[in-house]
Amino acid sequence: MAKLPESASQTSGPYVHIGCVPEFAGLERGYQSQLGTSLRADLMGDPITVRGRIIDGMGDPVLDGLVEIWQPDGAGTFHTNGRGFGRAPSHAETGEFVIETVMPGAVIDQNGTLQSPHLALWIVARGINVGLHTRAYFSDNVADDDPILSMIEPTRRTTLIAQKGSNGYQLDIHLQGENETVFFDV
Amino acid sequence: MSKLTDIAPRDFSLHPPRIAPDYRSSLSRGPIHKPIGFATTMTEATGPTFGHDVLGPNDHDLLINHAVDGGSAIGPRIMVHGVLSDGDGRPVPNALIEVWQANAGGRYRHKKDAYLAPLDPNFGGCGRVITGEDGSYSFRTVQPGAYPWPNGGNDWRPAHIHFSVFGMAFSQRLITQMYFEGDPHIALCPIAQSIPDAAAIDRLTARLDMEATVPMDIRAFRFDIVLRGRGATLFENQLEGT
Repeated sequence: MAKLPESASQTSGPYVHIGCVPEFAGLERGYQSQLGTSLRADLMGDPITVRGRIIDGMGDPVLDGLVEIWQPDGAGTFHTNGRGFGRAPSHAETGEFVIETVMPGAVIDQNGTLQSPHLALWIVARGINVGLHTRAYFSDNVADDDPILSMIEPTRRTTLIAQKGSNGYQLDIHLQGENETVFFDV
Repeated sequence: MSKLTDIAPRDFSLHPPRIAPDYRSSLSRGPIHKPIGFATTMTEATGPTFGHDVLGPNDHDLLINHAVDGGSAIGPRIMVHGVLSDGDGRPVPNALIEVWQANAGGRYRHKKDAYLAPLDPNFGGCGRVITGEDGSYSFRTVQPGAYPWPNGGNDWRPAHIHFSVFGMAFSQRLITQMYFEGDPHIALCPIAQSIPDAAAIDRLTARLDMEATVPMDIRAFRFDIVLRGRGATLFENQLEGT
């Protein structure tokens, strides 16, 4: 079959919320169903909450960002029909995003290797030219020999691990700087 | 266990660099480290798909989907259509495409957009469609206006429509922008010109399509979209169809 070049990416710009989470952006007459808002209701598993902010190279929170989530259910099974897909927009004043979901199960990859439970995350905002793929693992539910984490130098691995606290899990995404998050070419 | 679908490696020469200095926002938001690659796993080879039942009856018609009392948005009426395919030339059916844009005056319906051009009470600026079995899609809207933006100079965005596209795999996820044939602002725009390949910019430029233009009604623009290719192998266990 003919090989076609992929369409070039362009930044989502500052108004991605209009297109992807219009009710959140304040559009009064939005869609009958807003996608990505029912992760927890759609998936079997233990409820968890992950909070964080996207931080730019100046140390400021990104206020116009969007985090997309893709994950299996608590048993490690991926579903269709939008189940397992979530969207967590950055709050317009604080930049905080909140992911209300269930603890994903471990995933067996094609070699039979077990991957520790994780959320796939995709980050877009003004100033991000190509959407950024990363992952969130969980501080109390991660194996030392996870095949993906093992590929990353130990000092940077921590950027992918949501820390459990009294208020759920916490994970900031650093676009630049000392704690720049590990992003993936996948 | 059967083989996973492989995702074709991304050709970064077709995409903007993470930091494009003429586009100032990317200076502090583009990561410095090179992204880490690894062989496709279940997580990236799968992805969200949506049924046609998520769509409302007017989601594909921005002329009226935010209008009040039988009104319609102000501006040049256009229909945008095309085919979504993957890098192997296969149409991508049943894929969600979301669009958003400024109104005909170049103003977004957003509390942080304070441009002089007025809001249009009958225009919201977002819409969505799901591709047909042949990968085709179409929606109706008004042609958006150019607008100025803060980038350190006298910068104006070319008229554009933002596209958010889902494929079959999460790693195919794409956000891009569609431009209009003949717009002199394309050559002046730091965001469009952040793409290092002139042909790639041209492929983001929709063409007037007189064949699909409806006489005395609405002009058509053609815009085809290509996602990364996938191997032919279908998914195996751990993906539950519903």
